[in-house]
Amino acid sequence: MAGTAVSGRRVIWRVGTVVAFHDETATARTITLEIPDWPGHVSGQHVDVRLTAPDGYSAARSYSIASAPNSEGRVEITVERLLDGEVSPYLTQELAVTDRLELRGPIGGWFVWTPRQTEPVQLIAGGSGIVPLMSMIRSRAAVGSTAPFRLLYSVREPGAVFYRDELQLGADHSHCVGITYAYTRVAPKNWPRTPGRIDPALIASATWPSNLAPTCYVCGPTSFVETAAGLLAAAGHSPDKIKTERFGPTGDRK
Amino acid sequence: MAIVSRGFSGRRSAADVKLPPGQYLTTDFPVLSAGPTPRVPLDQWEFAIDDGSNVLRRWDWKAFRALPSETVTVDLHCVTRWSKLGTTWEGVSLDTLLAGIKTDAEYVLVRSYGDYTTNLPLDDLMNHKAWIAFRFDDEDLAPEHGGPARLLVPHLYLWKSAKWVRGMRLMQEDQPGFWESLGYHDYGDPWREQRYQGDE
Repeated sequence: MAGTAVSGRRVIWRVGTVVAFHDETATARTITLEIPDWPGHVSGQHVDVRLTAPDGYSAARSYSIASAPNSEGRVEITVERLLDGEVSPYLTQELAVTDRLELRGPIGGWFVWTPRQTEPVQLIAGGSGIVPLMSMIRSRAAVGSTAPFRLLYSVREPGAVFYRDELQLGADHSHCVGITYAYTRVAPKNWPRTPGRIDPALIASATWPSNLAPTCYVCGPTSFVETAAGLLAAAGHSPDKIKTERFGPTGDRK
Repeated sequence: MAIVSRGFSGRRSAADVKLPPGQYLTTDFPVLSAGPTPRVPLDQWEFAIDDGSNVLRRWDWKAFRALPSETVTVDLHCVTRWSKLGTTWEGVSLDTLLAGIKTDAEYVLVRSYGDYTTNLPLDDLMNHKAWIAFRFDDEDLAPEHGGPARLLVPHLYLWKSAKWVRGMRLMQEDQPGFWESLGYHDYGDPWREQRYQGDE
């Protein structure tokens, strides 16, 4: 079981300054924060972000960290705007560069990847579930790890892909991350697979076989994670090698 | 001091006053677990209580379901910040399961199919504060919500209400469970907002 970056240390609220934005899709925005006293994080961890109204009312939600661990005190989160959300519309539409934002973290010691791990890794993302997995891909690239990575990334349609250019670039390099996209509603022209949910055939063709004993990280909406984790278990992966992170329909998570 | 978020007013309702600090209200039932959902056939299910050296009680599904059960309506508070109010469960009270066991243990480590564990003070399971629940909203408990049976300890954050329970150990000394070893609070009282390690 992985160790934890928060072990034995109180997780305090810190103040970050917004230094940049990048729109990933029509509804998702990456926010880059500079946090001078950031204690560092491990890929896969998340932060709690807190907004406070002038009268003291506050609301907080958890967001996965998208950036690789770094020594510059920079943290990126990617936030998907939820129509009925309380926090995500503010973060994706109101927040401006130079605004200050309160956050607490890093949090979580289970759904994490560190460069010490050399075994094959299977990443499976549903929608915005790509965020913590992107941190793992970035961390692997940053340290020059040659741990064999594959990514199966399920999205509604081509326009819903986060980090498109960077993923493409990474896939073209040596020691590349093997990427398979799966589309649930609309696929690009001449795409070999009919749009639909992930299934056993896709798992068989796009993921590491269980005899390689990869560590599997599955992140996405609850129903997606239930399906993907079930398919991995059915394909012979040991349940203790399948790590999951789920977010419910109402959660602003990620 | 909190920093005021320019232009943020938030969404609030009268119901919010009943929520622990930092929680928001949801009406559906999100799922949070660390791995795949175990499928436990009822003919292989068991729940056992031990003290580290001896098994003190053991029930198979039939014997467990023959125990007197209670229907309770309780509020749920998840550390991921959602709260769900007025949920109705049917389960066997821990008072019933622990009846007649003489012990000077002060802590319990609950274990699940799928190897999840969580720790609690024994007192928190006594006096009608905790149940092994097998029905939710008048239906058999779905596997993704912990079926066939899960612990229900509604006065603590929901990760303490271990899904897919298979047994528990009575202990003299506290011993951290799964999330408690990974940065989450040892006790987890939502009203004191004990989310993470080191929270007061």
